[in-house]
Amino acid sequence: MILDSKIPEGALAEKWDKHKFNVKLVNPANKRKYDVIVVGTGLAGASAAATLGELGYNVKAFCYQDSPRRAHSIAAQGGINAAKNYQNDGDSVFRLFYDTIKGGDYRAREANVYRLAQVSVDIIDQCVAQGVPFAREYGGLLANRSFGGAQVSRTFYARGQTGQQLLLGAYSALSRQIAYGKVKMYPRTEMLDLVMVDGKARGIITRNMVTGAIESHSGHAVILATGGYGNVFFLSTNAMGCNATAIWRAHKKGALFGNPCFTQIHPTCIPVSGDYQSKLTLMSESLRNDGRVWVPKTQEMAQRLRRNEITVAQIAEEDRDYFLERKYPAFGNLVPRDVASRNAKLACDEGRGVGTTGLAVYLDFADAIKRDGQDKVAAKYGNLFEMYAKITGENPYETPMRIYPAVHYTMGGLWVDYNLMTTIPGLYATGECNFSDHGANRLGASALMQGLADGYFVIPYTIGDYLAQMPANRVETSHPAFAEAERNVRDGIQQLLSINGTKTVDEYHKELGHIMWNYCGMARNAEGLTKAKGMIRELRADFWRNVKVMGVNEEFNQTLEKAGRVADFLELGELMVDDALNRNESCGGHFREEYQTPENEALRDDANYAYVAAWEYTGPNQPEKLHKEELKFENVKLTQRSYK
Amino acid sequence: MAGNNPNLKPMNLTLRVWRQKNNHDAGKLETYKAENISPEMSFLEMLDVVNENLAHTGVDPIAFDHDCREGICGMCSLFINGRPHGPETGTTTCQLHMRKFKDGDTITIEPWRAQPFPVHKDLSVDRSAFDRIIQAGGYVSVNTGGVPDANAIPIPKSIADKAFDAATCIACGACVAACKNASAMLFVSAKVSQLAMLPQGKVERKTRVENMLAQMDKEGFGACTNIGSCAAECPVGISLENIAMLNREFIAAKATSDNV
Repeated sequence: MILDSKIPEGALAEKWDKHKFNVKLVNPANKRKYDVIVVGTGLAGASAAATLGELGYNVKAFCYQDSPRRAHSIAAQGGINAAKNYQNDGDSVFRLFYDTIKGGDYRAREANVYRLAQVSVDIIDQCVAQGVPFAREYGGLLANRSFGGAQVSRTFYARGQTGQQLLLGAYSALSRQIAYGKVKMYPRTEMLDLVMVDGKARGIITRNMVTGAIESHSGHAVILATGGYGNVFFLSTNAMGCNATAIWRAHKKGALFGNPCFTQIHPTCIPVSGDYQSKLTLMSESLRNDGRVWVPKTQEMAQRLRRNEITVAQIAEEDRDYFLERKYPAFGNLVPRDVASRNAKLACDEGRGVGTTGLAVYLDFADAIKRDGQDKVAAKYGNLFEMYAKITGENPYETPMRIYPAVHYTMGGLWVDYNLMTTIPGLYATGECNFSDHGANRLGASALMQGLADGYFVIPYTIGDYLAQMPANRVETSHPAFAEAERNVRDGIQQLLSINGTKTVDEYHKELGHIMWNYCGMARNAEGLTKAKGMIRELRADFWRNVKVMGVNEEFNQTLEKAGRVADFLELGELMVDDALNRNESCGGHFREEYQTPENEALRDDANYAYVAAWEYTGPNQPEKLHKEELKFENVKLTQRSYK
Repeated sequence: MAGNNPNLKPMNLTLRVWRQKNNHDAGKLETYKAENISPEMSFLEMLDVVNENLAHTGVDPIAFDHDCREGICGMCSLFINGRPHGPETGTTTCQLHMRKFKDGDTITIEPWRAQPFPVHKDLSVDRSAFDRIIQAGGYVSVNTGGVPDANAIPIPKSIADKAFDAATCIACGACVAACKNASAMLFVSAKVSQLAMLPQGKVERKTRVENMLAQMDKEGFGACTNIGSCAAECPVGISLENIAMLNREFIAAKATSDNV
């Protein structure tokens, strides 16, 4: 198989405009003859479903939540980047492109990232027109703030709830199309398989999570917008329901999986407090604009702190190590996420961590409060401070926050070409569930940008090109391919229900999470990864022998839902380990301990690894086959990333 | 810091939980023990622990809705000791922590009780009525593309901030659960006032308020009698002022309606 990224010819800045002109169009009167399936209703899915409905296609949209408005995009806090240059501080499309490529440690496709930067400006216009209440200055114009990995202020925000407001904007557009009858919405419905007819994606099999009904849905194309797979780690900042089932089952039907090991560990999360912990809570990166990250200078002092022999306030200024400011004077606390996370881990590994577990560093607002006053700090971050206080029982206005890195985002995902089509014709992947724009590390405030870029401004053009070239004939769900897929889904469910073992689904999930975090987390090495692979295989075999899933399919059965997802995580986890083991270099969020500079920075190997690793499923318990898409850099020079 | 907290002693609690197999089942309260509960757990983590124990003893785990567990998705609900989202004001159930309870407490947990929110199972209810109300008009009718530059329409900061406050509604349904009439006025008013305040939303303000209220009635939500328990129990602090604004919008729309 040769991976064709279908990047248009021509100068970088002209590719997208030319491509938009060159794509085939579906006549307005013919659009109603085409049905498009959209799975997931976060930013990428809701924006695509709404826009395709507006264009005249018949859309069926699916989400596992009880309402499309609850997709996990809603929890994004900090903001959304756009190259508007409203601040007159030197921003441009090219600068946003450059920052994103560099931030991703040169493992993303130039053409995709440039297009993302181009359409970023349209996103802000669109959201404002929908009534999204972005933060504004007193003169009535939009406000911006700065984010990690950038030296301009290009982040638009709505207090600490930007994802919520953007999602509600997309949800409102989606609701309007539902009311018009152009989108049919299926909440509490989970996609369990992809249906292929003549080598093309022509439908999906779903389970109604209230009644258990297994249903077939046919369409001319299928868009997966199902988010990331961070829950492989059990503990992450993802919502409890976030899962990889749709993309994983599409992968097993032939869609290649790109860079599965590229995981983002977010530096500012509330530390783990106990075994019962079900998820980790992120504190927005925007906090690093004003908060200063530090640990005690010496192990000894950190130890006394952990034993409660001294308090934070008793540590003198000169005994504090503001390690990010010390090591990276140019970017200070605003270094990209991978760099901040790794340095927090280093400090804790050196025995200088704080909190009862020693797995935390301080994020201190004392200086900001002294400088600007508590009111100003509260106006910027009030809701985040409140959330922190609720979870930890501590007041961050008085004592510094304790933070530790946590799994947050997955840059990897289904491999897609420039049109966002996977290796299965007619199957698209948008937003976090594809691998495309963030390389080996995503910059803050870029996830929202990508989700909406894909949904509002990219897929509506590129899917038209595909549909225009296929006949409008529908495939009926009575087609044998649907019957067969339904049967497979039913058999899989029956198998889960019939094992009746002794270990709960959560117990398996937690165990998998531990393996992934310990060996395929913030720092990886060949020995650990090899060990992890064996452990995952054993755990998976045990799962299929001994998992306990109660009840029946024909009911509201949350254990059954979870069991199916964990079964998929148990397979995906192994692929992540394989990918991490294959990539003998460090880049962005993928840090292989064997490959680092003397200053502990990631050491890339551009000669051998400047490619996208795209994996092909070859059968149960078989090794996956690696395909490579070489990355060509014609507009940026590959350099050792430096934020010093 | 956790280590400084003297109240880290595990607690033993008695739970009285609403169990209902499905929408046709009558349902009843069952009693369970929640043992060895850390005060640092969230309320839902406490339920996770109980559910793991139930699963090991062969009892069907308690169904409840939850997703983001950071107070923003609006998926979690639960009527805890007679209050939506429990005893802590301005907090969703997922952000409620067990340090708010005492060793030996008995906690009663029920689903939202409102006719337009039928029970799916146990503590999970169907809130799709809220979606249908938004579909009736909770949007600005613009298609993707062809919109003016974002800075072409200046909006005073005070207005933008107020609109934002209304827009933070998470559609959890606590307002309905708290209301003796099961009215959805606070929910509807939050969207109506957000959009009525902003220039983008003013174009459709009359039809919007009429259509959304008509849908609210059709779904079977009760009328508002100005008690204010909705705002008192709202986990994100949606203000009663929004209901006042909705009433003004509605009267103005009726007096000058484009629909009649």
